[in-house]
Amino acid sequence: MKHLLSISDLDRAAIERIVAQAARFAEVSDRDIKKVPALRGRMVLNLFYEASTRTRSSFELAAKRLSADVVNFAASGSSVEKGESLKDTVLTLNAHKPDAIVLRTPWAGAAELVSTWCPAAIVNAGDGKREHPTQALLDVYTLKKRLGGIDGASLWIVGDVAHSRVARSDIIAFQRMGAKVTVAGPPTLIPRGIEALGCDVRYTLDELPGADVVYALRMQRERMTESYLPSLREYAALYQINARRLQPHQVLMHPGPVNRGVELSGEVVDSPQAVITAQVEAGVLVRMAVLYELLAGASAPAQAHAGVSAADPGVVAVAEGQPA
Amino acid sequence: MSEPLLVRAPLEHADVLLRDVRVLDPRAGIDDPADVRVRAGRIAEIAAPGTLAGDPETEVVDGAGQHLLPAFVDPHVHLRTPGQEHKEDISSGTRAAAAGGYCAVLAMPNTAPVMDSAAILGSVRETAAREARVSVGFLAAITVGLAGEQLTEMAELRAAGACGFTDDGRPVASAGMLRRALQYQRLCGGVIALHEEDETLSRGGSMHEGEVSAALGVAGIPTLSESTMVARDAEIAGYEGARVHFQHLSCEASVRALAAAKEAGYDVSGEVAPHHLLLTDDDVRGLDTNMKMHPPLVSAGDRDALVAALRAGVIDCVATDHAPHARDEKEVPFEQAPMGTTGLETAFAALHTELVVAGKLELGVLVERMTAAAALFGLAVPTIAAGEPANVTLVDLGAEWVAGEGGWQSRSECCCFAGRSLTGRVRLTLCEGTVAYRERTWALVGAL
Repeated sequence: MKHLLSISDLDRAAIERIVAQAARFAEVSDRDIKKVPALRGRMVLNLFYEASTRTRSSFELAAKRLSADVVNFAASGSSVEKGESLKDTVLTLNAHKPDAIVLRTPWAGAAELVSTWCPAAIVNAGDGKREHPTQALLDVYTLKKRLGGIDGASLWIVGDVAHSRVARSDIIAFQRMGAKVTVAGPPTLIPRGIEALGCDVRYTLDELPGADVVYALRMQRERMTESYLPSLREYAALYQINARRLQPHQVLMHPGPVNRGVELSGEVVDSPQAVITAQVEAGVLVRMAVLYELLAGASAPAQAHAGVSAADPGVVAVAEGQPA
Repeated sequence: MSEPLLVRAPLEHADVLLRDVRVLDPRAGIDDPADVRVRAGRIAEIAAPGTLAGDPETEVVDGAGQHLLPAFVDPHVHLRTPGQEHKEDISSGTRAAAAGGYCAVLAMPNTAPVMDSAAILGSVRETAAREARVSVGFLAAITVGLAGEQLTEMAELRAAGACGFTDDGRPVASAGMLRRALQYQRLCGGVIALHEEDETLSRGGSMHEGEVSAALGVAGIPTLSESTMVARDAEIAGYEGARVHFQHLSCEASVRALAAAKEAGYDVSGEVAPHHLLLTDDDVRGLDTNMKMHPPLVSAGDRDALVAALRAGVIDCVATDHAPHARDEKEVPFEQAPMGTTGLETAFAALHTELVVAGKLELGVLVERMTAAAALFGLAVPTIAAGEPANVTLVDLGAEWVAGEGGWQSRSECCCFAGRSLTGRVRLTLCEGTVAYRERTWALVGAL
């Protein structure tokens, strides 16, 4: 694997491989010194064109736990505001010879484009409303850990599907893992033609009790000014996941940050059914696994492995051992 | 006294004998081998193949195996002059036109500044009179600054040589404003050409709304945005008895609205672009910015309906909507990219390859549709007959080439057909008897 651009580039075996690697890294997080030297001397560049504290710091943490050097480049306050194009920014940063670029932009397909401009491994950390593949991987990891297996599970994605890159990546990933996916939300926020991805579409939550997993999406306030919704009040009345709607057997997921009282009621966020903080924890592990997969095997692998083995034989077990 | 509608640079008349060509002019009812002599700007003589002799002043072209067609007329190009000459200028744009077999193009007014006054029109016509390789006509804006709020001085613009009026790039959103323009047309004449789009439906969209946009998470533009405006404006045109031309039609519903308007006897016509006849939103999956244009590429069903409408004559003509952009403007993420593809240099070859060779459209019908815009805009129709102005293009229908392989005449390389294998190549284009284009690598038989 050279890049991680879209979750659709990964077949089920590849998803399982990354998830299994993430499980091995879970052990590292429990150590006193939460660090392995697997990517020592490698440079990971976080290039973020959108405000994102969570995803960026999750990638930063993942890279640092693998001992990579990390440079954060936020588009605001930089040359980008002086009118530099994406291509020129990438070519400039490429002069620092990053091994991987983690890219978040508001534009669909930007990660593919950047991958044609520089030799670094590109990790798509969100391209517009299109995809967020590491989110899908961490969601698969989290759910697999919670349920034991995903095959045959019924998963409902509820809310603003139209503007959600999480929804698009999850629809693909969970179906590849054998789940049945249904998207539900107001008709104004379910894109025409989404069923071509293989999911079912519902405009009410009447059948929600049949789901094994409820995945609520974040509802942005600006959707009202764009008249997708009459009010957040009406949205909450029809689509909020609350104690009345959430069944005892169901697992509740959310990509964060949560709007309490809008898409989720406070009591379900705090309930043991919610795996929202487990998702955050999984984020670092899965991103470690992705960076490891992209960089540990790439160019100069023998050298890297030799160095790693000499420094810490435990890493070999991390790399090749059984899932934790 | 009005200015002539078309202008071009005063190039020297060629003295050419096109020997043993297959002359195809569907309007004139000709499809025969012949020798054609061009002299003093006109078709001097048409005779049986091998019967005309050259003389020392005459260049003799061996046309065996090649077709001589009436040169094409494009009612919709963007020459980007004035103000955006980094994308295209009159010289490069008309060279591209000539290389595509065109003898005349109509330029759109969405320039910077907008062509909304006789002074701007006059100055650009002066430039065209120095630089244009083929005849250029200009459409002026319907409303000042394309803002949709105040009519331009349409009568003065007409007198200054405007072929018609359009706010292309923008719709005339207000039905009331359009009605005033159509009423005023009774005074000044000139076709009113309409870019149809309801911006309340299209706003924010970068591509056709459908399965592909849903999968890509790119905001979609519903075909409804175009078709509802075609239906509305056809009714206004009918009510006012006005002459209206619908630009770059892209979907089946618009075709239905146009057919209904024609059925009702309204004086309406329509054009379609090669990319809408040949590509679909499936070609946008890779988010190639050369596939981003306005209106967007739509579904296969819509594309097939457009081909059927062109064949049946419901859509009157082919228009490239040649919309050049600089490479760095297109080398950005899809949603950031400007809309538009070039089309002049590939239109005939692409349509010939995908429609004629594929058996979906007769060659004669294609040639008719690629020249029909002339009559729609009140221009002389290129015709292959003795005594007519020599507006002809020599085409090798069997020649295979890859679009863009030898570079482009256009200043822009941003073409949706770039890299495609095409069959049918323009070898020579004459505009009123002047050599507007001659393929460089083509070996000519020297003067006898």
